[in-house]
Amino acid sequence: MKRLLKLSAVTALATATLAMAGTLEDVQKAGVLKCGVNTGLPGFSEADSKGQWRGLDVDYCRALAAVVLGDATKVKYVPLNAKERFTALQSGEIDVLSRNTTNTETRDTSLGINFTGVMYYDGQGFMVPRALGVKSAKELDGATVCIQAGTTTELNLADYFRSNNMKFKAITFDTNDQVTKAFASGRCDVLTTDASGLYATRTKLKDPDKYVVLPEIISKEPLAPAVRQGDDQWFDIAKWTRNALLTAEEKGVAMANVDEAAAKSTDPEVRRLLSVEGKMCENLKLPKGCFANAIKQVGNYGEIFERNVGVKTPLKIERGLNALWNKGGIQYSPPFR
Amino acid sequence: MVYPPKVAKEPPLLERGPIAWVRRNLLSSPYNIAFTILGLAILYMIIPPFVKWAIIDANFVGHSKADCTGNGACWVFVKEKLNMFFFGFYPHDQIWRPELVIASAAALGAFAKFVRGLHPFKLLLIVLFPIYAFVLLHGGSFGLPMVETSKWGGLLLTLVIASVGIVLSFPIGIILALGRQSKLPIIKSLSVFYIEFVRGVPLITVLFMASVVLPLFFPEGVNFDKLARALIGITLFEAAYVAENIRSGFQAIPKGQYEAADALGLSYWQKMALVILPQAIKVTIPNLVGTFISLFKDTSLVMIIGLFDLLAMVTVTANDRDWLGMDTEGYVFVAFVFWVFTFSMSLYSKRLEKKLDTNNK
Repeated sequence: MKRLLKLSAVTALATATLAMAGTLEDVQKAGVLKCGVNTGLPGFSEADSKGQWRGLDVDYCRALAAVVLGDATKVKYVPLNAKERFTALQSGEIDVLSRNTTNTETRDTSLGINFTGVMYYDGQGFMVPRALGVKSAKELDGATVCIQAGTTTELNLADYFRSNNMKFKAITFDTNDQVTKAFASGRCDVLTTDASGLYATRTKLKDPDKYVVLPEIISKEPLAPAVRQGDDQWFDIAKWTRNALLTAEEKGVAMANVDEAAAKSTDPEVRRLLSVEGKMCENLKLPKGCFANAIKQVGNYGEIFERNVGVKTPLKIERGLNALWNKGGIQYSPPFR
Repeated sequence: MVYPPKVAKEPPLLERGPIAWVRRNLLSSPYNIAFTILGLAILYMIIPPFVKWAIIDANFVGHSKADCTGNGACWVFVKEKLNMFFFGFYPHDQIWRPELVIASAAALGAFAKFVRGLHPFKLLLIVLFPIYAFVLLHGGSFGLPMVETSKWGGLLLTLVIASVGIVLSFPIGIILALGRQSKLPIIKSLSVFYIEFVRGVPLITVLFMASVVLPLFFPEGVNFDKLARALIGITLFEAAYVAENIRSGFQAIPKGQYEAADALGLSYWQKMALVILPQAIKVTIPNLVGTFISLFKDTSLVMIIGLFDLLAMVTVTANDRDWLGMDTEGYVFVAFVFWVFTFSMSLYSKRLEKKLDTNNK
């Protein structure tokens, strides 16, 4: 009996590694991409009134589905909470995790996963009432700050104030809602949390325009999609899907003008990106025009950003760090060559 | 001489009617007076602001957040998200299917009430109903497009989990209770071990095991339906509690009943099915319904394994970028829906108790 158990465990493990190698084949065979997303984070992963998923993280899933399957709608969204997200990826319940996950050394090295390129550079920021007249976090000496207890936010805050020789008084609360309510009622001058959350919090306030988010970001939270370790081909596809979205923005290729660009553009990189020449898709064992599909159906990175979290949405997030490298940000794609 | 009996005088005004009730119940002692005043003060602090927020200042018409002006509740949010609250991610063009299932369930309930006793046709319908409901909800046959269980959500999911949990845990619970009463040592110790083990573990642990740990044991690609995993977990968990409820019923039955059944020459199963169980279950109705009500509310724990029941829909809908900051309205609405269901359950149990009461308390 014991031997039988051992044997079945070994075979299970063997089939596991076998299946793990071919995520691309699995996805193509199933005809659908299983994508892990957040259960609800405004602008990144949220359900509209019809139950359709949308957001920046969701659009990455759609772009990847368009690249691999040629159809951005062939995605099965698996909403995950913070605890089960890595298990879901490891166990194969999902093919890719696109769920505002910070790339850190520990996660990358010890969880059996690989982070692809950064989709959103997040970091801890500050929000103050406009009436306070503060323009920079450096002017916050002596301020009262509302924070959520037991988070890294608290530690980052203390570090930042100490390194700038400033004093602050912290008022801590258990939940984010309490923090928001306390800030709205004027119990503190400053509210601090991750910048993307800061914008969502602002729209929850009675009169959002009365508050400003300060430009300083005091911690690094690069949010990146992740795939299982040990399948380099799939890792490459996930990585270059993100790079294609960025390159498309850099070269001005957008949803509306993909076909035109493919037909007329003389820029060699655009021609390679859109499979007019070169073997970019074939190298990834994908059909010709794979990236063109994604840009046509989902848009380039700039379009995705503006549509979901940009200044025209209720979240009103500026590009900031997420602008392209040649426009003052740090979003950068290796060349398509 | 005729002495017609005098009509009795009515009691004095202070001793009858609402005044007497107030005097007796609210103002009978200094303590009572103090508590009455305190109670009224608390009600005064809570009710007028709530009514003002929920009704007087509230917004009922419109289609977007912009239509919600003023300080009151924004019921437009609940109205616009009603399909999400009730059916979750169920495809919106297929919503007639869960609606039909719910309507059929109501019709079946009315029919069951109309046809008395254990009519075979009625039993057949009751047995066939779950199959019918599953085929209609899940689809994939009879030309219905398939709707995976991961898309079931909201009230629909709450009802599916609660009803499957209640219906399946009941017979398993009876078997476990009988096992625990058994004179066969192996059966008895297995039942005792199972009941005590399960009751010593929190439901949340069972669900976590089912959703996070179990998949790691399966080979890659083998994915056992998440809802099925949760249902099995909840059913097995609840069965242990039902078993203990029913055992308490067994203990309330006088020994004479067992002996009388034995004296009539009934076999073990006849004795249990015809004499003991009907009485035991009758005695435990309040406890059983209490367990089922708490099961109904416990269904919201499935939120932690990424299933979206009614309560979880609040988080989902209030994180829609077009409706940020509507959590309060969502929670109040969901609390109301939960109350309607649990309160109807306790009303039904009261009716059942009255109906089955044979005055032998």
